[in-house]
Amino acid sequence: MSAHQLTERPARTALLDGLGRYIPIGATIALLAAMYLGGLASYDNFDNPQLVPDLFIGNAGLLIIAVGMTFVILSGGIDLSVGSVAAFSTMACAWLTVEAGVSGPLAMVLVLVLGTLSGTATGAVIHYFDVQPFIATLVGLFLYRGLTLQISSSDVSMRDVEFFGWGMERTEFGNVREGGFSLPNLSFLAFAIVIAAFIVLHYTRFGRGVYAVGGNEQSALLMGLPVARTKIGVYAISGFCAALAGVVSAFYTKSADPLRGVGLELDAIAAVVIGGTLLTGGAGFVLGTVAGVMVMGMLSTIIAFQGNLNSWWARIVVGVLLLAFILLQRVLARTGEKRST
Amino acid sequence: MTEAPAKARSANPYLKRLMWPLAVLAVLVAANVAVTGIDFLVPGVQDGRLNGAFVNILRRSAPLLIIALGMTLVIAIKGIDLSVGAVYAIGAAVACQWIEGRDESALGTVLAAVGLALAVAALIGAWNGTMVARFGIQPIVATLILMIAGRGIAQLITGGQIPNVGDASPFVELGRGAILTVPVPIWIAAAVLVALAVLTRRTALGLLLESVGGNPEASRLAGIRARGITVLVYLVCGLCAGLAGVIGAANLGSADANNGGLWIELDAILAVVIGGTALLGGRFFLLGTTIGVAIIGTLEVTIINVGLSSQWQFTAKAIVVLVVALLQSPQFRAWIARPFKRRTAAPEEAVAE
Amino acid sequence: MSDQPIVEMTGIVKDFTGVRALDGVDFTLRPGEIHAVMGENGAGKSTLIKVLTGVHGPDAGRILLDGAPVRFAGPGAAQAAGISTVYQEVNLAENLSVAENLLAGREPRLGPFINFRAVRRRARALLDDLGIDLNVAAPLSSYSIAMQQLVAIARAVNIDAKVLILDEPTSSLDRDEVAVLLGVMRRLAAEGVALVFISHFLEQVYEICDRMTVLRNGKLIGSWDTADLPENALIGHMLGREAATLEQIERVAAAHQVADEAPLLEAEGLGRKGAVAPYDLTVRRGEVVGLAGLLGSGRTETVRLIAGADRPDSGELRFDGSKVGGHNPRTATARGIAFCPENRKTEGLVADLTVAENMILAMQASRGWARQVSPGQRAELVSAFIDKLGIRPADPDLPVRNLSGGNQQKVLLARWMLIEPKLLILDEPTRGIDVGAKADIQRLVAELSADGMAVLFVSAELDEVTRLSDRIAVLRDREMIAMLETEAEMTAEHIVDAIVAGGRRD
Repeated sequence: MSAHQLTERPARTALLDGLGRYIPIGATIALLAAMYLGGLASYDNFDNPQLVPDLFIGNAGLLIIAVGMTFVILSGGIDLSVGSVAAFSTMACAWLTVEAGVSGPLAMVLVLVLGTLSGTATGAVIHYFDVQPFIATLVGLFLYRGLTLQISSSDVSMRDVEFFGWGMERTEFGNVREGGFSLPNLSFLAFAIVIAAFIVLHYTRFGRGVYAVGGNEQSALLMGLPVARTKIGVYAISGFCAALAGVVSAFYTKSADPLRGVGLELDAIAAVVIGGTLLTGGAGFVLGTVAGVMVMGMLSTIIAFQGNLNSWWARIVVGVLLLAFILLQRVLARTGEKRST
Repeated sequence: MTEAPAKARSANPYLKRLMWPLAVLAVLVAANVAVTGIDFLVPGVQDGRLNGAFVNILRRSAPLLIIALGMTLVIAIKGIDLSVGAVYAIGAAVACQWIEGRDESALGTVLAAVGLALAVAALIGAWNGTMVARFGIQPIVATLILMIAGRGIAQLITGGQIPNVGDASPFVELGRGAILTVPVPIWIAAAVLVALAVLTRRTALGLLLESVGGNPEASRLAGIRARGITVLVYLVCGLCAGLAGVIGAANLGSADANNGGLWIELDAILAVVIGGTALLGGRFFLLGTTIGVAIIGTLEVTIINVGLSSQWQFTAKAIVVLVVALLQSPQFRAWIARPFKRRTAAPEEAVAE
Repeated sequence: MSDQPIVEMTGIVKDFTGVRALDGVDFTLRPGEIHAVMGENGAGKSTLIKVLTGVHGPDAGRILLDGAPVRFAGPGAAQAAGISTVYQEVNLAENLSVAENLLAGREPRLGPFINFRAVRRRARALLDDLGIDLNVAAPLSSYSIAMQQLVAIARAVNIDAKVLILDEPTSSLDRDEVAVLLGVMRRLAAEGVALVFISHFLEQVYEICDRMTVLRNGKLIGSWDTADLPENALIGHMLGREAATLEQIERVAAAHQVADEAPLLEAEGLGRKGAVAPYDLTVRRGEVVGLAGLLGSGRTETVRLIAGADRPDSGELRFDGSKVGGHNPRTATARGIAFCPENRKTEGLVADLTVAENMILAMQASRGWARQVSPGQRAELVSAFIDKLGIRPADPDLPVRNLSGGNQQKVLLARWMLIEPKLLILDEPTRGIDVGAKADIQRLVAELSADGMAVLFVSAELDEVTRLSDRIAVLRDREMIAMLETEAEMTAEHIVDAIVAGGRRD
């Protein structure tokens, strides 16, 4: 019935703009490759097949937290409480199993439920009372650190709890002496979380809602999307991930340190941003976060290999990378604005 | 406070806003006095300097106060500076490192060290301000970069060591000395308070800050040069953080790049918010921030004095943050005010068209 | 067309912190009709729509949908009930693909997972239906605003809508795109959907609408069949006079002798793409130049270029004998150009600050932060202006948010009078304020121009413009179409005629 047929193909620049969202993650992967190749060229033993898998052992907790943080940042928020929640979860596991005599699996479930509920409550405060995420999650940062210290102000060992041995049981891939490598169960746990997060973010209504809310919350509301459920949901996921990271930390060290994970929230945020996610929300990929965590792990590895470099260089380099990625995102956003006006 | 004449109250919106924080501080002090006696409040003189629980709180809180005052100005223009803890560490590191290799008892060395530390801190502040004003990056994001990298820079300066300054150096007087029996840090913090009050209230800077923070677009149309002001404010905030680091280092006689000023940015933001300055910008209250700092300092002591373990201070702070945040939320106040009414879906603050 | 209304709103009242945005408005919508809601800025159109779609809850009155009373908790609930809306600003997620935007929240799924192949297929079918051919997998942000708008409409159509509200959907579309949109609207109406159309393009309204409802200042003026309401009657209703206002305001404009003065302001071919077509305008000292036109005619855009609030992309501006370059609000102030923007709350006042602080702001800004206006001088100036303008309550230390609209407007005027500008630009200074304050402001404008100040006066009220102005520029569709110079020409009827004629020209 309409006499007119309208056709519009994205212009060449617009097409590039569409690809623009892959530029940051591409930069991250290029960076990672460059670091690895640079390491290969500079150091003996850098070709050790265990080197890359090791990135996923020490950093398994960080990876899990960063995945949760990716949800929050994609939705346009931030979660400062994750480091404290993780420390509290480790300590709670220790207290429940060592002091209260609760079985390991039950303790784990209790801790995960608590982390999720805590995140839900935080999300509700943020959404319904319009409290800035920065402040609302600051409450959790203080609260859970305080509670951790109240349970114990010194290390608690879980070496005698059989359940916590499971996490470091290794699976071998090939013969370790002849180019194979091995991974412990906790790494697989982290991989499982990444895969689940990828599926949720890309293939469910909730996940697409996270992007929509992060892109423009007002629009999402007017489109009739469940904004409240989405915003509260991302903090619940972040709380769950932080608690799980605490459990992984219990697996990894079999002890609880009340001061562990101080500043972990910053590492997680840095990993997410270096992974190409826009800090203001709406753009990014959970697989980018994996790359971001690997970059940070690789950085420490190279510094360890170099020997004469000191650990603080890692911080400075992370800062420089953050700056580079934030400016890159800014430039991409600017070119986008120019085109649409 | 309640006897204050009604006229003065209506005439001064600033005094009115200070009532709440002052009341909280009074309750905290009263609780301490009840437990430990009037000695808590009334200082004695010992070895030519004031001594007493409350004076010690003020002395220990001086670096926090200096940072919180700078933060107040940043928050007034809708900003936030997360990097102050790292700048604190850098300021401390620069000063101590400069002195360590030189004649530490020479006044010239100390002055140069302090000057250098402040210059570096101001530079970092200006950098933050430029990122925000020129490149249009959100304050929380722009300052996050140095929050993360800053302690690495501080360690780089000290070479990973903890530089020490001997007790004989005039430098340590900045942290431990006393002038006219009053501890030097209190003098410095008071001087910063007065200086910032004069800078903002005896010039038009305060009005312009509140205008830019309250309504950036209206301010632009009124012809206010917002960019320059923004850079200036972040510069001042960096300067304050560096100064706080110098005082902290002088008090310890050393600079710990890892732990010096740890989490001080959070305490500073908390003090600003307790003092009545809204995180959304606009009106700011330097005196309110001062009271906020005193509340935080007193809170830590109170927890121990009432017989709780020192671990409770985190929990107490969490509660304070939650209560303050909720009280500032119009939605929460509306929700509390009519618990039995059906809540409407959307807050109706919007203006017609 | 059935006569049984699908939507029946009666006695709707909505207040926003002291401002009554809707005052007992009735509105009926029948299935299969296209119904225009007409009115100027602040007339209450958007508020009416937002009440209907559940964004705001009404303070009084009731809404019947299909004869049953309803009260929506939010836009989601309204959509579920079959009322969907397309807003002027594209309210979609730019960062998602076209297909996802079309189907967000209602994607076809396999178990819990979105079936993207089905999403793309449905999206393509949906767009084909409307005669639009896009790559549905591309991100929405890669298309022009016009295309995004059409996607928003396609999305609204897809939600089995009984009522479809289009709020200024055509403002960013070109002729072909408008034709597609109007075609879609006709087809939907034929299918029995009730459409609400808000647009400032009168020819589109006349082309497509069956009925019109006119609002002014939050009140219902009336509803008419399109055939019964000729264009000049419609414009008269929209811009019309309020009898009550007129009785209280004496005629204030005195005929000045200004013609022989050299021009203070000369704009030559000044324009900005998408805002206003290049125009010429001169203003002399002591002259009041009125800008008249309907909402969306480019009135505000015209003066914003002169005030330095927006950057022109063509033409040149001469002021006080010299060429103006690198124009921004700060340099404009320094030259002596003062600008009271249209929206007091978002662009004018700093709500938290006091009356005195708001007044002093421009003066202080022009002096820089280091040279404070001394407290004594400030108190003197402020109290002088509070007296002169009759600001009530006369308390300089009251937060300006506590003042009524009229008094707030006077505070803004005082802010600019303090810097003693050569040219004062007033963009709708009397909108939404009480009659007394309106008369005060009109009298003030006359006084200022008598003292030699040049004034550019934008107003949606024709009576006001004709009473105050020495000359009147008429705008339509972002173009300056006429300049009325003689006393005989400057009547409300002439302005309406000029606007109507401007529409017929092409």
